[in-house]
Amino acid sequence: MDAVTVTDLVVDRGRRQVLNGLSFAVPVGQVTGLLGPSGSGKTTLMRAVVGVQQVRSGEVTVLGRPAGSPDLRSRVGYVTQAPSVYEDLTVRENVRYFASLYGMRSPEAEVAIADVGLSDGAGQLVRDLSGGQRGRVSLACALVGCPEVLVLDEPTVGLDPVLRVELWGRFHALAAAGRTLIVSSHVMEEAGRCDRLLLLRDGDLIADSTPTQLRADGRSEDLEEAFLNLIRAREDVAA
Amino acid sequence: MTATTTPPVRAAATHLSPRLTAATAARVLRQLRHDRRTIAMMLVLPSVLLGLLYLLWKDVPTLPGQPSIFDRVGLTMLGIFPFVVMFLVTSIAMLRERTSGTLERLLTTPLARLDLLLGYGLAFGLAAALQAVITVTVATTVYGLDVTGSVSLVVLIAVVDAVLGVALGLLASAFARSEFQAVQFMPVVVLPQFFLCGLLVPVDQMAGWLQAISHVLPLTYAVEALQEVGRSAAATGTMWTDVAIVAGAALLALALAAATLRRRTS
Ligand SMILES: Nc1ncnc2c1ncn2[C@@H]1O[C@H](COP(=O)(O)OP(=O)(O)OP(=O)(O)O)[C@@H](O)[C@H]1O
Ligand SMILES: [Mg+2]
Repeated sequence: MDAVTVTDLVVDRGRRQVLNGLSFAVPVGQVTGLLGPSGSGKTTLMRAVVGVQQVRSGEVTVLGRPAGSPDLRSRVGYVTQAPSVYEDLTVRENVRYFASLYGMRSPEAEVAIADVGLSDGAGQLVRDLSGGQRGRVSLACALVGCPEVLVLDEPTVGLDPVLRVELWGRFHALAAAGRTLIVSSHVMEEAGRCDRLLLLRDGDLIADSTPTQLRADGRSEDLEEAFLNLIRAREDVAA
Repeated sequence: MTATTTPPVRAAATHLSPRLTAATAARVLRQLRHDRRTIAMMLVLPSVLLGLLYLLWKDVPTLPGQPSIFDRVGLTMLGIFPFVVMFLVTSIAMLRERTSGTLERLLTTPLARLDLLLGYGLAFGLAAALQAVITVTVATTVYGLDVTGSVSLVVLIAVVDAVLGVALGLLASAFARSEFQAVQFMPVVVLPQFFLCGLLVPVDQMAGWLQAISHVLPLTYAVEALQEVGRSAAATGTMWTDVAIVAGAALLALALAAATLRRRTS
């Protein structure tokens, strides 16, 4: 079953077309990685999936409903690329507020705070946290709603390797519990941790694959190199 | 209703929810609580400024049979302070929601747009109530402000004025791209209403076209309501009509502000 299906999605931002007719599906219960260089359209695509992006044409369906439908709002969680939490509240106050919006209570908030490794600093104002810590608060505010679909825009940027591995462990645990995760990154090293991969470049989907398949198609064990090989192959065809 | 056919319990989206409105108001008040200086200014500043007006007119003689100038101006200011302060505070707070990305995020949650706006109205309305109680108490005891009617009506009008300020602040923030712009909306929205509200020149002595403008500006009704309380011991029908008009204007501004909150942006 697919949690998200996208058909011929075209999005304009400013005067430019930034997504050029994408079609793909995201299966339930897996971690799908959205990879691509800066400016390739990852954030735009995620915004379309959560229903906050105006689209020119095409369809985005989430859990069988048009993206952004009111009844999806409690079932889809979104973590924006820049941490979007209240700087003048403590970690705990932030997570509790978002918990209440999803009909959850303080025990769930404490669990979400622990999941991102911030239990010790739960009483600190977000203003006094480092960039990476703020990102984790932002993540906790989405985790606390236990959404069926989690859309995470570069959630591991600025984190140390230990914490990054821990978080990827959590993502896979959530997927194993039947949740669907869409995680963007521009670090190819993280691509290897995904169940499926979507590769974006300049608003085109150049691969909808798995890490294993991508290594085979790109004729390299190194995912970054495989990605580059794929791009070169495409450009040769185009030329 | 049988348990087997009920879908998993989930918060209903887009419908107004008193629970989510209250959670949002509590969140706004918590933000305020971490900002001691703003609280102090909000609660103390109106009393201090009123003291300045008191000293200004203290030794100016009044005509026999007329209320003193301070009684008239001071009473009016009790309605104008909360309006101005809450307009400023809210337009900045809402602009921060927009620029920090929290607004976009909130719009992806089950929170209805009106829940968010009413949450702000409730939070700053409560803050304004506290502010009004303090200011009215200081005015009547320390500065000897004379109010013929009930001081609790003065507090009520001050709170309705504050809610009007909140609603206009929420609306104005939609048109500001930066905090510089947001602050400049203060003179745009507040000063014309202040000039034409009937405090500087009674409305019936203005030129006809100015009267017409004055009659569509909500602060005029707030000032009239306060003057009614200042004049008569019992609450008058005019006063209640005025309060209703101010409250209606606040609701209208909230509805317009909700319309400016677009879930989908380009
Ligand atoms: N608000 C906007 N108005 C106009 N153009 C925009 C806007 N936001 C993004 N764009 C453009 O849309 C394109 C895709 O941007 P997007 O943010 O989706 O890229 P991204 O893959 O998320 O990049 P990054 O890895 O740097 O976050 C870029 O060319 C960008 O310049
Ligand atoms: Mg991005």
